[in-house]
Amino acid sequence: MLRLLSQQLRLNERDLHDTSTTQTDGSSFNASMQTSPASMINQYKFEEEEEDADTKDIFVTVDNPESHVTAIETYITYRVETKTTRSEFDSSEFEVRRRYQDFLWLKGRLEEAHPTLIVHPLPEKFVMKGMVERFNEDFIETRRRALHKFLNKIAEHPIFSSSEDFKIFLTAGSGELTSHKKQGPGFLSRMGETVKAVAAAVRGVRNRPQEFTDMQEYAEAFSQKISSLDKVTQRIVREQKEYLEELKECGPTYALWSQSEQELAEPLKNVAGCVDNCCKETEEQVKHLNDHLIPVLHEYVLCADTLKAVLRRRDNIQADFEGKTEALATKKADRDAMRDELDKAEDRLEWANNALKTDWTRWQKVMRTDLRSAFIDTAERNVSYYEKCLAVWESFLQSQRTDAEGNGNVDSS
Amino acid sequence: MADSGSEDIAVIGNTDLTPSESENNLKNTMVEKGTSLLKKMEISVAEAEKRTGKNAVNMQETYTVYLIETRPVDAASEETNPVPDSLWRRYSEFELLRNYLLVTYPFAVVPPLPEKRAEFVWHKLSADNMDPDFVERRRVGLENFLLRVASHPALSSDKIFYLFLTEENGWKETVFETGFQAKADSRLKALNATFRVKNPDKRFVEMKHYGDELQSVISQLLRVRARAADRLYGVYKVHGNYGRVFSEWSAIEKEMGDGLQSAGHHMDAYAASVDDILEEEEHYADQLKEYLFYSDALRTVCRKHELTQYELEMAVQDLTSKKQQREELATGTIRTFSLKGMTSKLFGQETPEQREAKLKMLETQIEEGEELVKERNSECDEFVKSAWVDIERFKEQKDHDLRESLISYAIMQISMCKKGIQVWNNAKECFNKM
Repeated sequence: MLRLLSQQLRLNERDLHDTSTTQTDGSSFNASMQTSPASMINQYKFEEEEEDADTKDIFVTVDNPESHVTAIETYITYRVETKTTRSEFDSSEFEVRRRYQDFLWLKGRLEEAHPTLIVHPLPEKFVMKGMVERFNEDFIETRRRALHKFLNKIAEHPIFSSSEDFKIFLTAGSGELTSHKKQGPGFLSRMGETVKAVAAAVRGVRNRPQEFTDMQEYAEAFSQKISSLDKVTQRIVREQKEYLEELKECGPTYALWSQSEQELAEPLKNVAGCVDNCCKETEEQVKHLNDHLIPVLHEYVLCADTLKAVLRRRDNIQADFEGKTEALATKKADRDAMRDELDKAEDRLEWANNALKTDWTRWQKVMRTDLRSAFIDTAERNVSYYEKCLAVWESFLQSQRTDAEGNGNVDSS
Repeated sequence: MADSGSEDIAVIGNTDLTPSESENNLKNTMVEKGTSLLKKMEISVAEAEKRTGKNAVNMQETYTVYLIETRPVDAASEETNPVPDSLWRRYSEFELLRNYLLVTYPFAVVPPLPEKRAEFVWHKLSADNMDPDFVERRRVGLENFLLRVASHPALSSDKIFYLFLTEENGWKETVFETGFQAKADSRLKALNATFRVKNPDKRFVEMKHYGDELQSVISQLLRVRARAADRLYGVYKVHGNYGRVFSEWSAIEKEMGDGLQSAGHHMDAYAASVDDILEEEEHYADQLKEYLFYSDALRTVCRKHELTQYELEMAVQDLTSKKQQREELATGTIRTFSLKGMTSKLFGQETPEQREAKLKMLETQIEEGEELVKERNSECDEFVKSAWVDIERFKEQKDHDLRESLISYAIMQISMCKKGIQVWNNAKECFNKM
């Protein structure tokens, strides 16, 4: 049933593209979205959605960053590889190169088409203050990982993964992509949308249903908590790094001492070695925290912002409907046209609400899975760190015990 | 050999240990009974208390006193719980005892006292002498000092030491009556003076260098360790924030709530565990500190050797020059330039009677000088012999103790790792329930 749904949606998007080439009026852009599957969307259910590995039929990888230099600019492209068994794809393997701008475009298209669905965030556009410049290796690798996650989240989403724009993103050659990008709703229609959004925001929503207010409160609270976790984790990394700096001086001091000693030289050297080994383990543990937990927490900080944005857009759609209801009640002229618009606004609102509710539940599940596995991963890594250090010191004890047994407790040997 | 305490001359001490006896003493690791006081008596520093009183300039002061308990070894095994004898001493009295021992047994590597002021602190430890943790660690250090003295082959049989443990009143007066103070002052002056020794025993020169190296490296180790401890504290404590945030977050979640909440508790436990961990590490640091201060005692002995050697060399030099003067006077030839020679040239030769008188005086001086050289020579030999025995004893003790310390450090690390494994496994269980 989901497939049918998504096919319908894709049909819709094609309509979108077709109508937008002939119309510059923003309203007809809206119209085509609301015609057919409103009722079907209302039955958008998740029962069928068991996304285990067996049913996964599309695999996307982002890797191999490369630098490109032109007369005007320097930029990075990433290789995007797709393997799929889906019938709507012409082939089973695709390889294209995409730059960050292209990802931004895709995200924008998905948000436009589905304003109340939750799109997984992209890594930030600009470099954070205090970080090194854009083409630093670590930055590129962090961004690559985030882009990889982004595409996989899209691929796992029941609606987004059937998006035409998504398919083109994955398969089109760069020339084809550029021309497809140009086909999107024109500047004027986008302007029209923005004007409407601002007007709706200004009007404000009057009767927001409690469930959406609850969602807003949740989004606020979640945003705070996840930001705190992000900050706490970053602080842990900082403290660990400083601890490591100090620990690095201990081993050499024991080694220096061993040079003045005779009987004690061996155990001191041994201890120096142990401390150095523990340093290495600490270094790896910090790196793991940095590379795995922090990016996930950061993603969900951005997700929290997405949640708030989605709720705002829903509010605007409701405000628009409320505005039109009011207009119908007060104005006398053009009642038929206005009633027509009102019906469309109502459909639009219902559709938006249901899509949001379903996707919200879906998002919560995904969030729970992601964060749970990130924390489990961190805990396991910490256990492993302590286990390795434990082994280091136990081998030292072992060596000292066998020494004592071999030489007797008193004799110098 | 007991020092009656009433003689002014420093007794060199146990110089007639046979080789087998030395070996026997070497085998006795510190704080174990041997031919020492500990065979007869149990000693402990049981408590510490704050007192206020008037000091020497009649001002109010607060100080800490320590309860020394002693109990005959036999009594402990016969009766169920005999009440120990006890008395109170303050730190300055320990210092007095130690200074007395230093002067009276110059050949001995005298055990050090715990530090007067807290050094090598990391941020959590207060540098305040009144801080209960500091007082507690000092109590342990003072007990250790007493046990070390009580198991030292020479020091343990000292009467003043015995009285320190058993006679609360009048002990100070008794110590001063030994007259050690005068010796202490002159010795101190001599030790601090710069002098060049021509022929020191090479072993002592090496030992002094070793003492320097030991002091330098242990200081560095203590510094580095304290800084690392400070940082480790920070790492653990920040995890406490996870506890707080998880708890707050669990309030807005339905399915994740329980898992988050319990995981948060484990994070709190993790943060709290660092206090015990670092407390244990302080004991390790204290063991290192003892040997830091011991290195000073070692160097003192080496310096004393240089002093006795120097005094010998001075006596020899003096004797040689006197003998030379006699020769010149006897043969009438002036081989070396001397003011006397010049004046006699200028103002005429001396009369035979004058020369005779001078010669006689020189003879006496030479006789005395030869006695002095003989004395100082034997003093030097005795010192070298007994000091080297104690240095060898100290080396064995140090090697044994520090190896034990390193082992106990490893055990501490293992315990810390095991705690970490447990906490994070528990947290993982909770995360699984999220």
